[in-house]
Amino acid sequence: MTRYAYYPGCSLETMAASYHVSSMEVARKLGVELEELEDWNCCGATAYSKVDELLATVLCARNLAIAEKRGLDIVAPCNACFKNLWTTNAAMKRDADLADHMNYALEADDLRYDGKVEVSHIMNVFVTDEALASIRQKAGERIKGLRVAPYYGCQIVRPRRPGVELAQADNPTYFEALLEAAGADPVAYPYKVRCCGAALMVTNRRAAVQMLRDLLQSAVDAGAEVIATACPLCQINLECYQREVNRAYGTNYAVPILYFTQLLGLALGVGVKRLGIGKELVSADAVLKRPCAATAPTGA
Amino acid sequence: MVVTSTARTISFREEVENLLHAEEGVSLVRCVQCATCSAACPAVEFMDHTPRELIGLINAGMKDEVMASNTFWTCASCYACSEKCPEGIRPADLMYALTRYSLWKDTFNRDWVAPEFSRRFTRTILRTGKSYEPGYAPAFIFEGGFPGMVREMRMAVRLLGKGRLPLIPSRIKRIRNLRAMVARVLPLDGIE
Repeated sequence: MTRYAYYPGCSLETMAASYHVSSMEVARKLGVELEELEDWNCCGATAYSKVDELLATVLCARNLAIAEKRGLDIVAPCNACFKNLWTTNAAMKRDADLADHMNYALEADDLRYDGKVEVSHIMNVFVTDEALASIRQKAGERIKGLRVAPYYGCQIVRPRRPGVELAQADNPTYFEALLEAAGADPVAYPYKVRCCGAALMVTNRRAAVQMLRDLLQSAVDAGAEVIATACPLCQINLECYQREVNRAYGTNYAVPILYFTQLLGLALGVGVKRLGIGKELVSADAVLKRPCAATAPTGA
Repeated sequence: MVVTSTARTISFREEVENLLHAEEGVSLVRCVQCATCSAACPAVEFMDHTPRELIGLINAGMKDEVMASNTFWTCASCYACSEKCPEGIRPADLMYALTRYSLWKDTFNRDWVAPEFSRRFTRTILRTGKSYEPGYAPAFIFEGGFPGMVREMRMAVRLLGKGRLPLIPSRIKRIRNLRAMVARVLPLDGIE
């Protein structure tokens, strides 16, 4: 059994609670143990870095130090949390002065960080060869042939981690592999790593709404019945502001936006309620009530 | 020749580059003005200056124009530009550096939502250790005028009905220690 320090991040306690419960269900099915990081604090999203760089670093350093004390590597389900924790980890490992400075601060919480922790996005845990084989073996017919647009978002692939080629960051394929293993039919569309608008939804609404429109149109053009996300902010923007896009552009999108763990959970036979399905503002009925889901030919 | 002083005033470009020190970025003088960054940016049409123009203005020392620009507050931090720059410059980190600079020098436009949003967010975390979405509403809820506010409230009610909106902010156990930690790297009264 693989065990990780699970860093849920603030959104998963509230707006994205279904991402939390579905991650837990899928992990259990696949023999991955997620132990919530003790007394974790906010990663800072994009706001701290806009105010002060050391502030952004010290707050992530605390989470890394708590995981190190527990002797576990971190997984984070949110793209922004993942990127912030990853970036701070890399900076502290390469910059001894910065690490000293951070350790001086960490003393105030009886902590110390020596760079022994690895940080991964939770999706990485479910796309290893072993996990994919297990998914293939355990997946039922529930999402067979479902046309899913895999939406990676930004910070899961950017900034590019060492050893990743630009072509891979531009056109990653592990999300597709995961959906295929679960029986779904991932659609190819050009916007899978383009930004959803992120916090611009608050700070520059017109910009974010346009970015969302482009993204929704791209997925719909490719024939997607549902968009799967790997980040709470992407999910919230795409779902909660779909009406706003429709109002601004005279469109009539009604695309369900689910977390990839919810679709994976369905494939693995977890009940709808246990996956937090039913809390959407855009109904997921298109996914749940497909006519003869198991036998429908692709394109039906 | 008489040397009157060994001191030298640093240029605006050098000042900006100093803000980028921790990112190990490439010097902005390497910019060849190819505009790959601008082409990669999904928010470019909402910016006063494209990322390429902004770097050009910095290199030309046009500080007032740069600081008055909304460009760096319009960056969504998607990092598409940084991935694509053929010279290895990281415009996304540059945007962060400029937001910090404009808060520090107090040069931002008071009509913009983004600076106030970032400040509120930061203050919330220093109080509780966690983010609390409803607490940021005052920064932007009046932006869309009365109809916008009504739509925003309606959505809040729908989310509340689904149990997705927290009524009480969550708080970490050792918030006191966290504040003491932060105080060891920067003065709290500067950000609160």
